[in-house]
Amino acid sequence: MQTEVVTTKSEGAVPGNGLDRENYINAKHGIWSWLLTTDHKRIAILYLITITLMFFLGGAFAAGVRLELMTPKGDLVDSDAYNKLFTMHGIVMVFFFLIPSIPAVLGNFLIPIMIGAKDLAFPKINLLSWYIYMAGAAFFMVATLFGGVETGWTFYTPYSTAFSHTNVILAAVGIFISGFSSILTGLNFIVTIHKMRAPGLTWFRMPLFVWAHYATSLIQILGTPVVAVTILMVAVERLLKLGLFDPALGGDPILFQHLFWFYSHPAVYIMILPGMGVMSELITAFTRKRVFGYEFIAISSLAIAVVGFLVWGHHMFVSGQSTYAGMVFSALSFLVAIPSAVKVFNWSATLYKGSVSWESPMMYAIGFIGLFTIGGLTGLFLAAMGLDIHMHDTYFVVAHFHYIMVGGAIFAYLGGIHFWWPKITGRMYPEYWARVAAVLVFAGFNLTFFPQFVVGYLGMPRRYHAYPDEFQVLNVMSTAGASLLGIAYLIPMLYLTWSLFAGKKAPANPWGAKGLEWTIQSPPTTFNFDHQPVVTEEAYAYAESHDTSHDPAAPPAQAHA
Amino acid sequence: MTETAAVPAENHDSHEDHAHPHVVPVRTYILVFLALMFGTAITVGASYVDFGHSYLNNIVALAIAFSKAALVVLFFMHVKYSSKLTQLAVGSGFAFLVILFFFVFADYLTRGWLGTPGS
Ligand code: HEM
Ligand SMILES: [Cu+2]
Repeated sequence: MQTEVVTTKSEGAVPGNGLDRENYINAKHGIWSWLLTTDHKRIAILYLITITLMFFLGGAFAAGVRLELMTPKGDLVDSDAYNKLFTMHGIVMVFFFLIPSIPAVLGNFLIPIMIGAKDLAFPKINLLSWYIYMAGAAFFMVATLFGGVETGWTFYTPYSTAFSHTNVILAAVGIFISGFSSILTGLNFIVTIHKMRAPGLTWFRMPLFVWAHYATSLIQILGTPVVAVTILMVAVERLLKLGLFDPALGGDPILFQHLFWFYSHPAVYIMILPGMGVMSELITAFTRKRVFGYEFIAISSLAIAVVGFLVWGHHMFVSGQSTYAGMVFSALSFLVAIPSAVKVFNWSATLYKGSVSWESPMMYAIGFIGLFTIGGLTGLFLAAMGLDIHMHDTYFVVAHFHYIMVGGAIFAYLGGIHFWWPKITGRMYPEYWARVAAVLVFAGFNLTFFPQFVVGYLGMPRRYHAYPDEFQVLNVMSTAGASLLGIAYLIPMLYLTWSLFAGKKAPANPWGAKGLEWTIQSPPTTFNFDHQPVVTEEAYAYAESHDTSHDPAAPPAQAHA
Repeated sequence: MTETAAVPAENHDSHEDHAHPHVVPVRTYILVFLALMFGTAITVGASYVDFGHSYLNNIVALAIAFSKAALVVLFFMHVKYSSKLTQLAVGSGFAFLVILFFFVFADYLTRGWLGTPGS
């Protein structure tokens, strides 16, 4: 039995590098073999390319924002142009980058493999979801070419319906359409996870990455239709002057905020939950330990998905929402921090006495723990009603959500891309440069966003292109950090692209990690497995070196239901 | 460790999905349709009656609308005859709709309760 542990390594029974053999990349040739593919792995690559383009587009808008804010006067762009810059930055990053990022790229690629299946349940719908995403993106690009939008990514009424003269409807239609791509991905994941698990893969043996995506998919399916309808209502009010949100027509602007945040608070969990799933994989792989409290991490994902639907009013404390509702939403917001904290504690406990190694994916993972904690705790500051009256719509809020969305979600995304890059491409990237980039990303990130906490607390509002002189030092720091961060993001682009052609060929399991994806060749064949795998043990069954009392290959002591 | 065995690479769909669909007699459809028409009629009728408070009128209209929606979902959409999993999926959709309405009204109906901070 001892030798079985060794089979996760590249040699022996398990096939190693597949670049010279048949694999999903060389199985077919030509542009149409990609554009009409139903292979979940190729669709993941399509998404990877498109969201990367979107990421750099969103980054360009952010560069405009940061350059303008280098000086107190509004001198680089006028206020209308500035409004467009931050709006387009937000829309691109939220709807066209972060929401699809981990699910559509890593989730698409890995979920079938992790559960021992050939593909997702509905391969054609999977391809359709990418085309829908592209159609949504196309509408948004047309809106951009016609001059963009300036309502903020939140499209608050009555401004968006009654006053704005920009391309609100075009942009809204783009978001509306891309929402369906998100719904279809979620649907596909849920059905796949329910129906296509390998024999022996019980719910409580699934990798936590899969659990996290299951919870994410629930939110996508239950929440996205609401924002779609809300956006439609904005369009209808603009076009037909139907009084839904505009008080002059008999509507209520706060209703818009309720409907918008009913989706958009859970949507922040669409953005972070998959990242949490990546985290559990990274932490266990680089500590070589069973994860601490598997069930708690799994269930806390579901708890976040459900409780996350009950807190949206914390965005509306100063909107005119009733004080009573504010109190209820405030209390519930404190509750939702609990399952997030459970995860942070469990990852930290997993590190304890593990054989921690510092490969680049792990550097992102450790960065995530710290930055997510800061982001989550400042969320609690904001969820305290009294404090939020001071801090609402200041740079403190901007810093809060960037700590979670950039310091959390994008760190997890980058860590995951590095971790699974050998599996996806069959090539290793240069570890030295990856570590340099990870350190620079961390430094650039903190230099960009930490000063924003301070300047926000001191009272600098968000969404203005000019500010009082005394805020300049902190803003210059932030702009300097953003420049560093921009460069740091380009480095992985360069060496990852380089590695495609010249990187060392990757073995099946370069990290010595557990999980079905590491038992097949890198890159995998079109149908992933030659034989149907049978799962005989829990996830993360790492043989702990100091613990010789049990046979590492033996099945776990307790049988999970 | 995970081992591979020579099990055919098929997925283990349960076969209940392929069972014969429940056949609903046309009579049922007609009855449901008539009930829906009746519902429409009393909605219109009720809108002419003053129940005292305007919110009572709303409650009556919404109650009728809700019953009609339930009929459509249960019979026309076959949820009554579907598997437990389908019922769960439909049920959770509605549960989340209830959450949406519940907390929106937790705002609207309590606007006067505690005053506005700062005023
Ligand atoms: C630990 C749980 C969290 C709590 C208690 C929390 C709390 C809050 C509160 C109260 C606000 C409103 C502040 C204001 O506008 O005055 C806010 C804003 C925001 N939060 Fe969080 N948050 C949490 C987690 C997250 C996560 C996980 C994300 C994203 C992945 C996130 C993203 C955002 C965004 C994008 C905004 C600003 C929206 C806007 O007005 O543009 N938050 N958060
Ligand atoms: Cu929120």
